[in-house]
Amino acid sequence: MNAHDSALHTSGDVLAAGSELLRVDNVTLRFGGVTAIEDVSFDILKGEVRAIIGPNGAGKTSMLNVINGFYHPQEGTIAFRGEKRSKMKPYEAAASGIARTFQNVALFHGMSTLDNIMSGRSLKMRQSFLAQMFYYGPARDEEIEHRRRVEEIIDFLEIAHIRRQPVGKLPYGLQKRVELGRALALEPDLLLLDEPMAGMNLEEKEDMSRFIIDVNQQFGTTIALIEHDMGVVMDLADRVVVLDYGKKIADGMPEEVQSNQDVIDAYLGVPH
Amino acid sequence: MFYREAGQFKTNYRADQAIFPILQDRIGLGLILVVAFVVIPLVGGDFFIKSMMIPFLILSLAAIGLNILTGYCGQLSLGTGAFMGVGAYSCYKLFTFFPEVNIIIHILLSGFFAAGVGIIFGLPSLRIKGLYLAITTLAAQFFLEWAFIRIPWLYNYNDSGAIDATSPTLFGYPIDPASGNPIHIYLIVLSIVVVLTWVASNVIRGRIGRSWMMIRDMDIAAELMGIKPLNAKLSAFAMSSYYCGVSGAMMVFLWLGSAEVESFNINISFQVLFMIIIGGMGSLIGCFMGAAFIFILPILIRAFPVAMGIDIGASTVEHFTQLIIGTLIIVFLIMEPHGLARLWQIGKEKLRNWPFPYG
Repeated sequence: MNAHDSALHTSGDVLAAGSELLRVDNVTLRFGGVTAIEDVSFDILKGEVRAIIGPNGAGKTSMLNVINGFYHPQEGTIAFRGEKRSKMKPYEAAASGIARTFQNVALFHGMSTLDNIMSGRSLKMRQSFLAQMFYYGPARDEEIEHRRRVEEIIDFLEIAHIRRQPVGKLPYGLQKRVELGRALALEPDLLLLDEPMAGMNLEEKEDMSRFIIDVNQQFGTTIALIEHDMGVVMDLADRVVVLDYGKKIADGMPEEVQSNQDVIDAYLGVPH
Repeated sequence: MFYREAGQFKTNYRADQAIFPILQDRIGLGLILVVAFVVIPLVGGDFFIKSMMIPFLILSLAAIGLNILTGYCGQLSLGTGAFMGVGAYSCYKLFTFFPEVNIIIHILLSGFFAAGVGIIFGLPSLRIKGLYLAITTLAAQFFLEWAFIRIPWLYNYNDSGAIDATSPTLFGYPIDPASGNPIHIYLIVLSIVVVLTWVASNVIRGRIGRSWMMIRDMDIAAELMGIKPLNAKLSAFAMSSYYCGVSGAMMVFLWLGSAEVESFNINISFQVLFMIIIGGMGSLIGCFMGAAFIFILPILIRAFPVAMGIDIGASTVEHFTQLIIGTLIIVFLIMEPHGLARLWQIGKEKLRNWPFPYG
């Protein structure tokens, strides 16, 4: 597009587009007697937009929580970049290249837009405590280097005008956008978006869709997306996995899923 | 009217990231430093320097310490007094073992002992938060108070149980509070406070300070950004306790001259907590404002009738002081729950837009 997005995604990627980035195998997650996810398997390929859909309470958000280490499944395995992982803490998932946004915006409310997105760079900052104490010198150089990256993201998401504002005071649609920016600042290999368009009006949804497509196509970021707006899902997703009551009921191209009888029953109900 | 940023364009990130990006703020800070370092020592009386400025600066430093932990990292603490005590007692022990070493080095080193103790009592913060954490820091307060009484080694087995600054000197000048020149002591305290405030502001605006604020604002999201809660919380406890420890050491060696365990009891913990609540959580300038409000204002109110020549009894003055301070606290907190620092910020915004009411 223009010059400023070139540097956004520079991490050396060994995986070719289309190869398996994440593999979920027979994952079962229980909370006491409640089974939130039951024997679900699917994969996410490098470079695609993978939608996870399903009615309320189907286990979609739980699935994301399993992928980025908030929940630890009782059974089953998750392999990221071909490496099986056991119990993983969220910060380890972040370090391995998984970023995420939340269903209810989880921004740092006391901080400005700029600081929120800068916080996404934490993992990439290396200066020691001592250097930070004196600031002038290596710590400032590092700060400025990352500021430059963050400004690229701010430009990309068109939020330059709210750079200095505390995010708590921003309207909802912009908060969602800042949250996407914060996740992008991690330069993730896999970006998990939990209902990025919930509660938005049409115009905001169109903006957000545009950003998601741009992130996917320009930076090559693989995206896993939970969304309730079927129009958006059908347009954006390369492949769709459908959950209902914790079980996988369909998996495939958007058109296939759309005409799948189980999916229609899950959404519309079955006559008794 | 003169507080305008119009025409001050930033052409690089370095200028944009400065602590005071607006020229008028930099001039203001320069003026404050000139007043603090030159004017006050030249014109300030003994009472003003010894009983107002020195304690004010020392308490401000403790407030900065607590603000790092509570205001920036969101971990409520009631153990400030005890951590100050650790600093004071370790400074006393260091001075006993190495009396020939410069007292300033002892004061700065004693903060590390407080930091160590702070880390230990910070461990519960990994599992509990909010008021419950406040209760565990209260345990620190009571345990350490107990230790200061029951471990005679800490006060060199003397009968009084007090620790005293046995005539420390700096470059040949006596600087203990009783016989030293108050101006020298004041300048030492001021230098330590200014340098440590500068260091705190550097840490806060960098990666570590951001990690504290991330934990404070949304700990789940912070973990997702790759922040280890262990590192963030314990570093905040360590740095906070360091500042409290240095403040406690200065309290004994540069202000009171001697201290007992009562000097570090729960009252001082609350006093420092009120300073940051009234001054403003998460603001460095708020620490100074809060300390001035809680410590200096009562002295001024007490001095007022004397200065005016009004003849009323000392106890009446004391009661009125309490009433006035209490009322002011309520008024300020209703007007602006985020403290004096926020009022100051709003005032600056208004000035910037003046004469227009909108921004």
